Order: sequence, then C-alpha cells, then structure tokens
Amino acid sequence: MSTIFSHIWRSSTGRFGLILAVAIIGSAAFAPWLAGDPNRIDVFNRFAGPSWQHWMGTDHLGRDLFSRILHGARIAMEVAAAVTAIALSLGTVLGVAAGYGPRQVERPILILFDILYSFPNLIFALALVAILGPGLDNVVIIVAMTVMPHFGRIARAQVLRLKHAPFLEAERVLGASTARIVFRHVIPNIAGPLIVVAGMEVPAVITIEAGLSFLGLGARPPLASWGTLLHDGYTYLSQSGWPVFFAGMMLTTATLAFTLFGEALRDAIDPRLRMDP
Amino acid sequence: MTRVEPGPWRYFASRVVTAAFIVVGAITLLFVLTQLVRGNPAEVLLGPRATAEAVAEFARRMGLDLPVHERLLQFFGQVIRGDFGVDIISGRPILDMVLEVMPFTLALTFSAIALAFLIGVPLGCYAATHPNGVGDRIAAVLSVGLISMPSFVVSIYLLLVFSIWLQWLPVLGAGGSGGILDQLTRLVLPTSALAIGWIGYVARLTRSSMVETLAEPYIRTSRAYGLAESKIIYKYALKNACLPTLAVLGLGTGRLFGEAVFAEVIFARPGLGTLIYTGISTRNYPVVQAGVFAIVLLFAMANLATDMAYAWVDPRIRAGLRGTSAGRR
Repeated sequence: MSTIFSHIWRSSTGRFGLILAVAIIGSAAFAPWLAGDPNRIDVFNRFAGPSWQHWMGTDHLGRDLFSRILHGARIAMEVAAAVTAIALSLGTVLGVAAGYGPRQVERPILILFDILYSFPNLIFALALVAILGPGLDNVVIIVAMTVMPHFGRIARAQVLRLKHAPFLEAERVLGASTARIVFRHVIPNIAGPLIVVAGMEVPAVITIEAGLSFLGLGARPPLASWGTLLHDGYTYLSQSGWPVFFAGMMLTTATLAFTLFGEALRDAIDPRLRMDP
Repeated sequence: MTRVEPGPWRYFASRVVTAAFIVVGAITLLFVLTQLVRGNPAEVLLGPRATAEAVAEFARRMGLDLPVHERLLQFFGQVIRGDFGVDIISGRPILDMVLEVMPFTLALTFSAIALAFLIGVPLGCYAATHPNGVGDRIAAVLSVGLISMPSFVVSIYLLLVFSIWLQWLPVLGAGGSGGILDQLTRLVLPTSALAIGWIGYVARLTRSSMVETLAEPYIRTSRAYGLAESKIIYKYALKNACLPTLAVLGLGTGRLFGEAVFAEVIFARPGLGTLIYTGISTRNYPVVQAGVFAIVLLFAMANLATDMAYAWVDPRIRAGLRGTSAGRR
C-alpha cells in the first residue's frame, strides 16, 4: 500500500492528480461546513459576478455558486462511488464467471459484452434513460451498466491468465472447492487490475453523470449537480457567463485530477494495463 | 483479369457477418429491455382511464398479445422493411424523420474527425521530432487538458465566447435555408467543439507511435543512406505511425456520436442527437428507438470501415497474422 502511494507520489503528474483528487473529495465531504446553504435564494442579487461575499458569483436565483459547486462535488463523488461499486462487483462476477466457468456460461456473457460495446457509451445511456426514466437513482444504474463491460473484460482476461497457474492446480489437487478457489485465490489475485480500471473509469462516470444532468435527465433541480449548474448556466447564458465558466472549470478539473491519478495508479500497480493514451 | 485472393474477401465477409450479428444483438437487447421494464404498451398508450376491454382490444389489434419472441420477429420484419411506424406527434413516418436529420449528424461527426486528424497528426509529428522541447511540453500539457474537458463544456464555452462576448452571430441552428456558405459557417463551432478533445488525443497517439517508429532499424538505415529527414518522417515513418491512430478512428466515431448529441442540443442543430433527446423529453419512445438504431448501425458501419481500411493499409491483418482489437471504449 505504502509502495503504491510512494510510486504515485514520485511521478509529478500523479502527485498533481492525487492532491487535486483529495482536495475535491475533501471539499465534497466538508461542503456544508466550507460554504453556506446552496439553496438560499436572494433575488436582489441575481447573476452577480465574483466578489468577497460570493467567490464565484450567484446564479439566476441569486444562489451562491461557490456553495452550489462544492455541493455538486458531493453528488459527483457519491455517484462515482456508487457507480464504481456496482459496476465493479457486477463486472467482476460476470468476468470471473466467463473466465472460470464452462463454455455455456462464457459464451452468453461474452455475447452480452460485445452487444454492450456496440453502443456508443452515451447513446446506450440515453437509450436506458428512455426506458427506465430520468432521475439521479436511475442514472447511477444506467452509468454502471454503461461502464460495467470494461470491468468484466479485464476480470475475464486476468482470470484466463491465472486459470492454469501452478498454485491453483495445486489447490485443485488438494481438493479445494471451486468456491474456495474463486474467492480465496482468484479474486484477490485479480483485485489489483480491477482497482486500476475503477480508477480509470471515474472520469468517464463523472462526465456521463454531468452530461445526463445537463440534459435534464439526471439530477433534478434544486439539487446542485455540476450538470444541472451547467444546464441553468446555459439557459441564462446571455445574462451571465460566470455559472457556466465555474461549473465547467470544476468539471474539467475533476476529470483531469482523476485521469492523472488513475494513470499514476495504473503505472504503480500494473503498467501492462496501459490501454490507450 | 486480376486474380482475387481468398484472404481479403474471407476477412471482409467475416467482419460483415460479425457486425450484422452485433447489430441484431443490440436491437434484441433494447427490445427485450423495453418489454421487461415498460410493461404493457397498450396500457401506457391508452392511459390510466382506459377500460380493461379497450386495452385488450388495442393489444390484439397491435399484435401485443403475442409472446415476446414472436413480437421480436415481427419487429425485425418491420426494421428490415424500414418500417419504424408513424410518429404520434407529427404523424410522419419515423424513418423519414431519421433520414432527414442523419446528414446533419454525419456532416458534423465527419468534419470533426477530419479536423482532429488535420491538426492532431502534424502536432504529434512535431512533438515526436522535437522530444522534450518547449513545443512538446506545451503540446503535452495542452492535450491532457483538452482531453479532460468534456465536449459539452467546450461547446458551451465556445458559445459563450463567440456568440455572447464577440457577438459573431449567427451560430445557432444548421442554416438549412441559408445556402451552403451559411450552413458551413454554422458548422464551424459545433465541429470545433467536438474536435478539440480529439486533437489532443490524436496528437498524443501520433506522438507516441511516431517516437516508437523513429527508433526502428529501417529508419536508421534510411538515415544512413542520407535521405532527407523530412522524407524519412513524412514518407516512411508517418505511414507506420498512423496505424494505431487509424485503429481508434472507428471506436472514436462511437464516442463522437455520443458527444454530437450535446453539440446538437447546445447549438440547436437538427440531427440524430436532437431527435433522440426530444424523443426522450416528450416520451416519444418509438422515435428514440429508431434514432438509437440508426446510431448503432452507423457505429457498426464505421467500425467495419475502419477494419477494412486497417487491413488495406496493413497486409499482416489481411493474412490473419494480427488482430485489430484495440482496447475498446
């Protein structure tokens, strides 16, 4: 653990990403203490620019943008955590089943993955929104389904590499049950690469959630998600550019932070997972 | 008459069959999911006040009382005939609506890809031939930053700068009635919004594969023969260095179709994205379905075309010596 950390810390981009990511997670966790009420309306102070009172200005209802953006970080981080947890567990189950199970199990799972890959990410998410209906809870499920195949593919590939390893053969010879082999040996051994994929998927998850919320299909007002902030800002773009500017910057910073952190994590744990730049 | 080699054709046929299977699978998945989640369409369409008899009668008339697999077959029959039904809101055939807006989406995505390559490849070449120089550093930082900025943020920023601050209107709409020049003008901002992230991506990819290629022995040999450096780079190295970039092209179109939804909505352009989006907002599910199928089909065709182009450029793939399966996004 400490070696992974020191590995990340040694690379300058990894350090930069880690610090930014910790700052974002921290501001998400302590948002209620760091900033005022994100929903306090002050109609006499609409579309205000940055000032000492409102660091990032105010929106179309005079709500404090700084506070709304910090609370938006909460939603982004909560969604990222929930999506990653669902996609990671479901992808691992399917991937391990495909890799370790018999062909009758492997084939349908691989076909499912291939089909899911045949949809562009966002289009698949939109199709699911049309079926399941809008809302933040549905968005969590939808984004999890969208990114799940990445986990599944990596899990399967790792299991295939491991399947005939001598130590697993030895376990089998000793009469260990399949359940014991899978849970005690296979899953702990493929955990590293899966954590790397989890780290690398966070930016995509944040972006898709913000995108769906921007289209009005995810978080609903008055909830302050970066996507809804961008949506409101876009609607009132001719009155003030500040909401859009700050919300967009925050979203970009978060994506950048988790991309750099994810890449450093990958280089620290398993550089062979380098997929594409 | 030239002799047809069996290799390329077999390769081509196998790719086409795979693509067809995938599209059929995608349609099946969406159809089954719809049936599972949305319940009886007759009840949904007729509303809560409909009597049970009316629902049953409607279901019988629409063939909704058949088992799911028969309805799926029926549905495929309709899809093959291009019959997506008639839009409830406008009363027009849905196929016409899709075909009408498709050229706008294609123009947008293709011009974005073209722009990304026209700028990204030379940028990557420059960075690779001047490693660790100031330009390389700036390009590296810029490309990471540009990749991190979601395209809809770029779209809104461009809109803010060019339409609100600089007032270089008009930027909204597609300018369908205003002639070709007007249409092209209105294409500039959405295209740039989509292309900016890809410029960084293509540049990074070209740079890394160019650096690799320049270390190859045949480059050293060419240098030893005293060939001009520009000839070595642009005539010999670039061809090989472009291969990985070409491989992401097909997969890239998929992401572009997704990003195009935002660009179309933000710049109020007609297109498949706008069609799907308004379909979702008005709960007009058949239109959403048709739009999504159109994109899945285009995506499959783009992947097929990429595979073909790749095999055409790299004979090793035709011979089945190498696969093209890069890490898919």
